[in-house]
Amino acid sequence: MREFVYQRATDISGAVALLDGDPQARFLGGGTNLVDLMKAGVERPDRLVDVRELPLGRIETTQDGGLRIGATVTNSELAAHPEVRRRYPALAQAVLAGASGQLRNMATVGGNLLQRTRCAYFTDTSLPCNKRSPGSGCPAVTGEHHNHAILGASEHCVAVHPSDMGVALAAFDAVVSYETTEGGGEVALADFYLPVGDTPHLETALPPGALITAVTLPPAQVASHSRYRKVRERASYAFAIGSAAAALDVADGMVREVRLAFGAVASRPWRAREAERVLTGRPPEGAAFAEAADAELAAARVLDQNAYKLPLMRNLVVALLTELAEETDR
Amino acid sequence: MAPATPATASAITLTVNGEKHTLTVDHRTTLLDALRERLDLTGPKKGCDQGQCGACTVLVDGRRIVSCLELAVATEGRAVTTIEGVADGDALHPVQQAFLDLDGFQCGYCTPGQICSALAVLDEHAAGWPSAATPDVRPEAGPPPLTPEEIRERMSGNLCRCGAYVSIVQAVARAAEHRAGHPGHGAEATTESTTKESAA
Repeated sequence: MREFVYQRATDISGAVALLDGDPQARFLGGGTNLVDLMKAGVERPDRLVDVRELPLGRIETTQDGGLRIGATVTNSELAAHPEVRRRYPALAQAVLAGASGQLRNMATVGGNLLQRTRCAYFTDTSLPCNKRSPGSGCPAVTGEHHNHAILGASEHCVAVHPSDMGVALAAFDAVVSYETTEGGGEVALADFYLPVGDTPHLETALPPGALITAVTLPPAQVASHSRYRKVRERASYAFAIGSAAAALDVADGMVREVRLAFGAVASRPWRAREAERVLTGRPPEGAAFAEAADAELAAARVLDQNAYKLPLMRNLVVALLTELAEETDR
Repeated sequence: MAPATPATASAITLTVNGEKHTLTVDHRTTLLDALRERLDLTGPKKGCDQGQCGACTVLVDGRRIVSCLELAVATEGRAVTTIEGVADGDALHPVQQAFLDLDGFQCGYCTPGQICSALAVLDEHAAGWPSAATPDVRPEAGPPPLTPEEIRERMSGNLCRCGAYVSIVQAVARAAEHRAGHPGHGAEATTESTTKESAA
């Protein structure tokens, strides 16, 4: 590991000032991904600015009835919060489905959004990777890719984003707030992750040196009837091979509003807007759910080893929406 | 006094099991390495060194973490508890006693991490935290009973390559029963969790 300077930031402007003009510096949140990548030599910062003592550790109800989640709120605190569990239960479930109790106590909301892919080629510095070393190639396309992307990928990179939390945030139209030395800004989660194209090393729309300060969830009645479901290769403590967050509002026997987002299928949490469009106004039943899933997955491109994700995601969508619809009936 | 070049090492004070230790650490030093190599607290074990096995689990300000992914310099000012600080002198903590009584281990390598993790599981459950095994996470559903399924999920960050899981789950369940019957003894059981257990 490269030697580095360590500094604890105590206020937001001080934190962004410490990083300004030093592209090799990094903010340190929980460190569960960054420290691991530093050990692997993938990240080689010359300076860490610890942001965990910044006053960004609160979850507050906004004036319009949404929730504002501070960037240094830990995953544990987020999942345990009564208002999250009551009004956005799929978000609490998504967070609880990720990592372990120890890691959730460390990991922060801001860091979760900025975590890197777990693609084995990305984390092995002896191998090419367009995300880690632009232009070096993507061995995953012809190599080991059973858990790689089926949506939105390119020939240059087929890695998936590993976040569970982000999937629920995508379904609920989250907005990311950030601070820079030039002032603050906001970006919708839908625009937060950049298209892969031929620049997989450019991952987010954040300006250089920006510090995520909060994630805001707008009020959404539909979100109170929501659920997250994750498929993985063991029962607990593993990354998804496919996951979905869904919220369903049924009125007069028809779908009035539906939210659907997928995890572990793309370089970002994948909002399934085409599926939502197909389903809205239809009766909430299996055939319509399957049709909606198929409409979303029509754009999928599978590789040799990951074609199983198509039926997996289709079945997952049908099962998840069926559960939500049955709860509506009761 | 300030160094001419930015420092890549710092003199820090670590508070571990109630004792203060002053030492100079290279910033690259993990909390795990500082505990084991500098303070001779070899209870926390280095298994994977990647945050995946839980053998290095310790408590920081009462919360369980994996010490292999925490920097020693970042824990200055926080209270660290390792397995060495769990017992009350020669009197084992009820969680330790339960692991002994129910054979919650074989080789013992993962056990310090398992026990530190179990301590936190009991606190987290008493605080009403849901888990991925909780059928309904809404607060109105009330705190989930600490079933074997809940224990397995909550302890899933601690791997045991001997496969002593069956006994580990039983040990955590017994420690939870003990805590419910002895509020304030060995752990800070809340009134809420005590009431729930006795009503169950």
